[in-house]
Amino acid sequence: MNAIDALRAPGEAAPKTWAVVSIAVVVLGVLIVVALGSGRYPLSAADVAAVVWKRLTGAGDAGTSDAIVWQIRMPRVGMAMLVGAALAAAGTAYQHLFRNPLVAPDTLGVSSGAALGAVLGIFLGAGLVAIETAAFIGGLAAVGAVMLIASRLRAHEALVTLILTGVVVASLLGAAISLLKYLADPYNELPAITFWLMGSFASASRQELASLVPAIALALAVLLALAWRINLLALPEDEARALGVNTRRLRAVVIAAATLATSASVAVSGIIGWVGLVVPHMARLVVGPEFSRLLPVATLFGAMFMLLIDTVARTLATIEVPPGILTAVIGTPVFIALLARSRRMA
Amino acid sequence: MIRALTVAVALCGSAVAIAQTSITDATGRAITLPQRVERVYVAGPPAAVLLLAVAPQKLIGWTRAPRPDEAAYLPDAVALLPALGRLTGRGNTANVEVVMSAKPDLIVDVGSTSATFVSLAQRVEQQTGIPYLLFDGSLRDTPRLLREIGKAVGATEAAESLARDAESQLHDVEVRVARIDIRDRPRVYFARGPNGLTTAPRGSMQAEALGLAGGINVIAPPPAFTGNLVNVSIEDVLLAAPDVIIASDPAFAAAVRTSPAWRDVPAVRAGRIYVPPDVPFGWFDSPPSLNRLLRVQWLVRILHPRLFPEPLGPRVTDFHTRYYHRAPTDAQVRTLLEQAGVAQ
Repeated sequence: MNAIDALRAPGEAAPKTWAVVSIAVVVLGVLIVVALGSGRYPLSAADVAAVVWKRLTGAGDAGTSDAIVWQIRMPRVGMAMLVGAALAAAGTAYQHLFRNPLVAPDTLGVSSGAALGAVLGIFLGAGLVAIETAAFIGGLAAVGAVMLIASRLRAHEALVTLILTGVVVASLLGAAISLLKYLADPYNELPAITFWLMGSFASASRQELASLVPAIALALAVLLALAWRINLLALPEDEARALGVNTRRLRAVVIAAATLATSASVAVSGIIGWVGLVVPHMARLVVGPEFSRLLPVATLFGAMFMLLIDTVARTLATIEVPPGILTAVIGTPVFIALLARSRRMA
Repeated sequence: MIRALTVAVALCGSAVAIAQTSITDATGRAITLPQRVERVYVAGPPAAVLLLAVAPQKLIGWTRAPRPDEAAYLPDAVALLPALGRLTGRGNTANVEVVMSAKPDLIVDVGSTSATFVSLAQRVEQQTGIPYLLFDGSLRDTPRLLREIGKAVGATEAAESLARDAESQLHDVEVRVARIDIRDRPRVYFARGPNGLTTAPRGSMQAEALGLAGGINVIAPPPAFTGNLVNVSIEDVLLAAPDVIIASDPAFAAAVRTSPAWRDVPAVRAGRIYVPPDVPFGWFDSPPSLNRLLRVQWLVRILHPRLFPEPLGPRVTDFHTRYYHRAPTDAQVRTLLEQAGVAQ
């Protein structure tokens, strides 16, 4: 039994996955309706419904309410869900792959690489699209470098070496970010860098959403398609090999898919912690540790959780609340409650 | 010619400094000054602009070296001064040993006078034995600030002449703006950062010039807000319906014109999006120093062109010559005005 299995209460029968998935889909649907209907600009439910109806029947207009629902809220709702789903799926895959409950999507340096790319873009005064592209490339490059270094080390404990390499490379990238912050103009660039690092969905647009969908859809499709085989990665290496799994190649594919999803997410939303680390545990407390059942549930939970957080973030106060703050403030008590419940049931 | 005269005036100012010995700064501390102040270290960018105006020959360095495009607007000798780092603002880059080896007679700092900065000033003073003066930097108080700094560095005459100029500029604007009905004051949104969603709300130091120039900041500060910047959503901007957007980032200003999400903002519809020049010191708000006087002159002309029909060009030339001690060329003035979106 590995560390992840230990998190699940022994003897507790996991509920049927399809039941959990259908409940999650319904809740997500309700959340989407609520999110589209709430915001700082006062629109009645009828206004929102009229816009959606007009769009569905192909009679879109150019009114302000159409712009608010279609150009502002819809991309933002979509982006929050995609990013939440991507981070939760990547976190689930990593925790499973590394057999370690403390691993998050950014363990191999993807967030630090993306952050360095974005900070460099802001430092050089680049536009938003260039900043996001730099962040995406930075995230991929950081994980690529970590994989390359770790493979050259030919260490006996391949997984531990990979995690350690990721941690040290991330801290080196962190130092580079600090240097750029230090050199940045304190009136314009530094606040922009600070706010970017906090993460936000405030600048979500249809173009951003369109560029995000293929990357995340591809990554999720790969993970879901390989879910049954990935399950076997939780076994000790020799046992998995004995069952005919090419662990080395499968591991590389999982890391590539998780990195693609995380890097694309971080590039558009900045660094939003917590979700990729804790949402997989929430899902595990509900459906148990088996990967092929866990992944779809964790993905849905991630989308639900992030959408809820962002809807609160943009309606709570007269100013935007950084979602990274809310994920921890709202998520931590929820997680502790889930943990307590599962212990009691055991 | 004008440059030579201004430097001469500044030099005269230094001659009368010898008599005085003590000054009270914004922290309420009485600080004993050296007999002669010849070398002044500026702790941050706002103080650097002030010292450049009042006593350029006493400036011993910048907090960061001027870039070539900035240096073109500064007197050559001043532009070549070394970068010594900043002691205050958000984060230190100066090494106290570098400060000491530059052998300043005085350290001057302008900006926040909160306990954090007062204690920083006291510590540097203890460590270096160099008097550290901290001044408050609000725009309305610019004339007083000029006089105080002039007194501290022994350039009272130069400072007095600038203070009078600043007074008359602010007074003229105040008198004319007072006549504008509240309904005729344009509603303005400050867009900062690459996505344009960071803003300086009403009441923040960075938005001070707008009220003075007869504009209304559309973003109200959240309760108990004491900072300078907040993040808002596009829905807030749509709701606030600003007539004018003043952006810090040219890339944002270009993108917003074609963005469907910003389409219904009145300022975008009317094409009233401005990105002020940032050389040698920004017309936006950075650093918050004397450059804000020029910012006010620019703002009143884009917000109330009928009330301020005098062309901005001569104003710019005059301001640069008086405060930055280098008369800009006609081409330089044209470049600044074009960037600022003002015809002449």
